[in-house]
Amino acid sequence: MKLITAIVKPHRLDEIKDALQAFGVHGLTVTEASGYGRQRGHTEVYRGAEYTVDLVPKIRVEVLVEDDDAEQLIEVVVKAARTGKIGDGKVWSLPVETAVRVRTGERGPDAL
Amino acid sequence: MNGADTAFVLISAALVMLMTPGLAFFYGGMVAVKSALNMLMMSLISMGVVAVLWVLYGYSLTFGGDLGGGLLGNFDHIGLKGIDPTTLTGGDEGIPVIAFALFQLMFATLTPALMSGALADRVKFSAWTLFIALWVTVVYFPVAHWVWQEDGWLHQLDVIDFAGGTAVHINAGVGALAAVLVVGRRVGFKKDPMRPHNLPLVVLGAALLWFGWFGFNAGSALAADGTAATMAFNTQVATGAAMLGWLVYERVRHGAFTTLGAASGAIAGLVAITPSGAHVDAFGALLIGLAAGALCSWAVSLKYKLGYDDSLDVVGVHLVGGVAGTLLVGVLAVDGVGGLGQLGKQAVGAFATMAFSFTVSWLLAKFVDATIGFRASEEDETGGVDQAYHAESAYDLTAVGASLTTKNLPEADTAAAAPNSKVDA
Repeated sequence: MKLITAIVKPHRLDEIKDALQAFGVHGLTVTEASGYGRQRGHTEVYRGAEYTVDLVPKIRVEVLVEDDDAEQLIEVVVKAARTGKIGDGKVWSLPVETAVRVRTGERGPDAL
Repeated sequence: MNGADTAFVLISAALVMLMTPGLAFFYGGMVAVKSALNMLMMSLISMGVVAVLWVLYGYSLTFGGDLGGGLLGNFDHIGLKGIDPTTLTGGDEGIPVIAFALFQLMFATLTPALMSGALADRVKFSAWTLFIALWVTVVYFPVAHWVWQEDGWLHQLDVIDFAGGTAVHINAGVGALAAVLVVGRRVGFKKDPMRPHNLPLVVLGAALLWFGWFGFNAGSALAADGTAATMAFNTQVATGAAMLGWLVYERVRHGAFTTLGAASGAIAGLVAITPSGAHVDAFGALLIGLAAGALCSWAVSLKYKLGYDDSLDVVGVHLVGGVAGTLLVGVLAVDGVGGLGQLGKQAVGAFATMAFSFTVSWLLAKFVDATIGFRASEEDETGGVDQAYHAESAYDLTAVGASLTTKNLPEADTAAAAPNSKVDA
């Protein structure tokens, strides 16, 4: 099993959700994040004091997926999240040791 | 007794009352989350402290018969002695003195609260409370006496200050400067980013201030008449113009029309029209507003250039705006009182207030610092004064919510439950 993590632009969430649902995932987790990569931020001004906003709001989308589907899922997320502009983010995967469904106690692939 | 005037003054008193919590929101939205409550409390506490002092001796020292030299009122009305519901000010067609005393109480409450913005994030709450109790007593009551009591020396000199440009805004502005020089800069001033945490709250505060200011300015006519109406009209147009003045300067100089700029510009206009609004025509009001807006928008940069941490620009807006309005009325007055001579008198009023207030405020701040300590510890400042002095956090907008904490159930055995302090006071 793999954990696919995507740090992407917040306004792409609807696209990503739709694409993941179409792909057939049964669940996902979204959290708010701040970050930067090659994208540098923008400038804000408060009574003449200028601030460079270097950490910009992103969302973190996390999905558990079986090993066989991981590559395809990554492609789905990347396509849905892409705008072509700087700041689109990154997607990566990690191996998962254990997954358990809280309600029933099912483990492994049955937990998905 | 004049019923219309009395009703108007009472309503105006309520409007001015709203300005203190309005100020709390205006400032509160501008500070960081971790010190937002403390900034609110610094205004709220004034409503408690000054109410008590006003009754005990404040009204008497400000508006009692002059003790001599036009410097201070007497003790005839200690505890509001000698004032009952039927006592009138201004003869048979006047208003009850108690109504006037209430109206003026609101001014006395608001003025020290104005200084709180300069001291964001870094003063002990107990020290602030002591400071304002001393400050109203030794600085505000005398200056208000000079300006508004019949025998006050600035009043005798015909200094024009209709609603408090000197007694309130210049006074608080320069008092704030003195306090800031004693207390010192915030940790990370000019280095770390420090920006408003809740601009909608700032705008809400500015709106409440703008609304309440109709009581502050028009109510100072102490009559429901043409002067009050003129003052109200000029208040509105000056404020609107000031907002534009600030925004245009800001756009040209810094590249954006900001909401903080709009709110601040409005306040700058309100400050400047306060002393001047009853003696200028609508065009004069527009000009005063425009000038104050642009001037104050520039003035808020001075703290960075000169190195003093006037956190929320009390000096840049209230001192500068107050001086601008106080002087401009000498130039723009249309009812025959203007001219070079008047300008000279206005300057005397402004500079006398500045000199007295700065000196005494500085001494009071030093006194508070030497006795109980004015400044927060570095740990309390960086950790957040809300937690340190109020045992609270301002917002809980997460799903985790209260679960961030564990509830302590009260001890069954009361002997074991010794009262303890949860704050560093």
